[in-house]
Amino acid sequence: MTSVLPAPAAAPAAAPAATRAPAGGHLRVHGLSKSYGTLEVLRGVDLEVRPGEVTVILGPSGSGKSTLLRLVNHLERPDRGFVALDGEVIGYARRRAGWGRRRREVLRELTERDVLRQRTRIGFVFQNFHLFPHLTALENVVEAPVSAQGRPRAEVEAEARALLARVGLSDKADARPRQLSGGQQQRVAIARALAVKPALLLFDEPTSALDPELVGEVLGVIRDLAHDGTTLVVVTHEVAFARDVADTVVFMDDGVVVEQGPAARVLGSPAHPRTRAFLDKVR
Amino acid sequence: MSAATTTPAPAPGAAPAPAVDAGALADLPVLPARHPGRWVATAGVAVLVAMVASSLLTNPQWEWDVVAQYLTWPSVLQGVWATVRLTAVAAVIGFGLGTVLALMRLSRSPLLQSVSWAYSWVFRSVPLILQLLLWYNLAYLYPQLSIGVPFGPEWLQFDTLDVVDKFGAAVLGLGLSQAAYSAEIVRAGILGVDQGQHEAAAALGLPRGRQQWRIVLPQAMRTIVPTSVNEIIGLLKGTSVVYVLAYGELFYTVGVIYGRNQRVVPLLIVAAIWYLLTTTVLTVAQYYLERYYARGALRTLPPTPLQRLRWTVAVAAARLTGRPLPADLPPTFLAGARRGHLTRTAPRTDTGGSR
Repeated sequence: MTSVLPAPAAAPAAAPAATRAPAGGHLRVHGLSKSYGTLEVLRGVDLEVRPGEVTVILGPSGSGKSTLLRLVNHLERPDRGFVALDGEVIGYARRRAGWGRRRREVLRELTERDVLRQRTRIGFVFQNFHLFPHLTALENVVEAPVSAQGRPRAEVEAEARALLARVGLSDKADARPRQLSGGQQQRVAIARALAVKPALLLFDEPTSALDPELVGEVLGVIRDLAHDGTTLVVVTHEVAFARDVADTVVFMDDGVVVEQGPAARVLGSPAHPRTRAFLDKVR
Repeated sequence: MSAATTTPAPAPGAAPAPAVDAGALADLPVLPARHPGRWVATAGVAVLVAMVASSLLTNPQWEWDVVAQYLTWPSVLQGVWATVRLTAVAAVIGFGLGTVLALMRLSRSPLLQSVSWAYSWVFRSVPLILQLLLWYNLAYLYPQLSIGVPFGPEWLQFDTLDVVDKFGAAVLGLGLSQAAYSAEIVRAGILGVDQGQHEAAAALGLPRGRQQWRIVLPQAMRTIVPTSVNEIIGLLKGTSVVYVLAYGELFYTVGVIYGRNQRVVPLLIVAAIWYLLTTTVLTVAQYYLERYYARGALRTLPPTPLQRLRWTVAVAAARLTGRPLPADLPPTFLAGARRGHLTRTAPRTDTGGSR
């Protein structure tokens, strides 16, 4: 570990080494399907996100965007298909099983403990923040690196302070979530997700629960992360943000990917009529 | 509507807001509303309280001198200590085992779930007094207890009567039946925690035990504490059932004493006073426990009774002497303290307590 310098809140470009994005984060989603009862939420979704890339997923409510994110870090189990991060299948291990002629390669379901270990490589930012209300902002950020990754508390705490500074909240380290505004809470949640140094960061409508005037501060933090080279997948309704930050835009509807491609192309001249209709409506 | 005298009568249908002379209003004193009904009720209740008090003091049958004599009688104090000890040990067993049972019930293993369910079913269905007698007669079923490998060799052997004596039987009976109830309380508390908290903990990759102990249970405590203290108070009084085992707790002890000297009522009063005192201690503990677990759930904690008292005295003193209010008063309290004038601005004493 390199030493941690206190980062000035106003200069995110000078993020200290400890809070900079780690390498890796190549996400492949292949043929992912998921049903709840008779409702097919996802129907064979394919997606690839390269390291350092920013992918924004757009689409109407109920199109399966959030379910896709929840499947990526295995909060839900897929019915078919798989998710792989840097070649490692999430939630399963490739093994050989069976005897004699029936011996073959299988995907063995991982135990919860192993899934939890895999999840520390994937940060998740929720629409409703889900900060731990009984812990201070600093304790929220420190929790996972210490108890999930077993790192020394002193080192983690210094990093956590740097992360809070990076999201512009160095003065709120000892505040509890309910004492913070929605935008501040979401920024703490982002710092919490970053603390485990994930290879991939997932955002599930990070600004949908915020008052309009607070949206900007959260999008600003995400934008800084994008410029920093963190691999991001963002589900959002903010088309302007997508145009500004995204490398790739994925448009989903009714459980399938309708269209995906470079942000400028998908947003500028969408090929599919459903994409066009959606963009006309939200513009 | 006295405002009508200073403003032209509004045309029916279209009612323009009557002009308010802000300058004139600002100087008027504000008086509290009158509540004549409240005064009548207060007077009535005051008479009732006075009647009760006078009968307590003047009726010689209460024999307060006997009460005073036995209140600190050595064997009574021993009985109090036995009761407190029984309550404490049974509560630890009850809530320790209850938490384990609750987690079993919420686990994904069908066997653990059913065992937990069956435990609650049995121990809630059988009366406590019957359970106590059964435990006391454990030696009849199993004269010897041993520690060793299940179905295998035994390393240590005890006589059941040595391990499960009167105290042991009482603690087992009280603790194990308490566990059945506290399991439900803990389970309800855990279920009451927002699903998003479980999800966030899982998404961060926290180990499962850590998710429960660090994230979920502290939040569940907010709902667990009030009902639990209720249960422990019930347990404290429930220890009186243990008299069937002739164990020397408070109730049995006073019974023995009034059996000898026939001063039944005064000795029952002695026991009642001790139960009152111990319950009061638990109630105070509950208040501070609830306050502790409310952190995070409330933006600012309500003041403790001590703080409230201190502030009330400070405000009264400031009013009588005409000096400015002390600086550490919280704004919410200040608003009430300033009643009397809408617009008089005392020197601003913002403590920053409200965010």
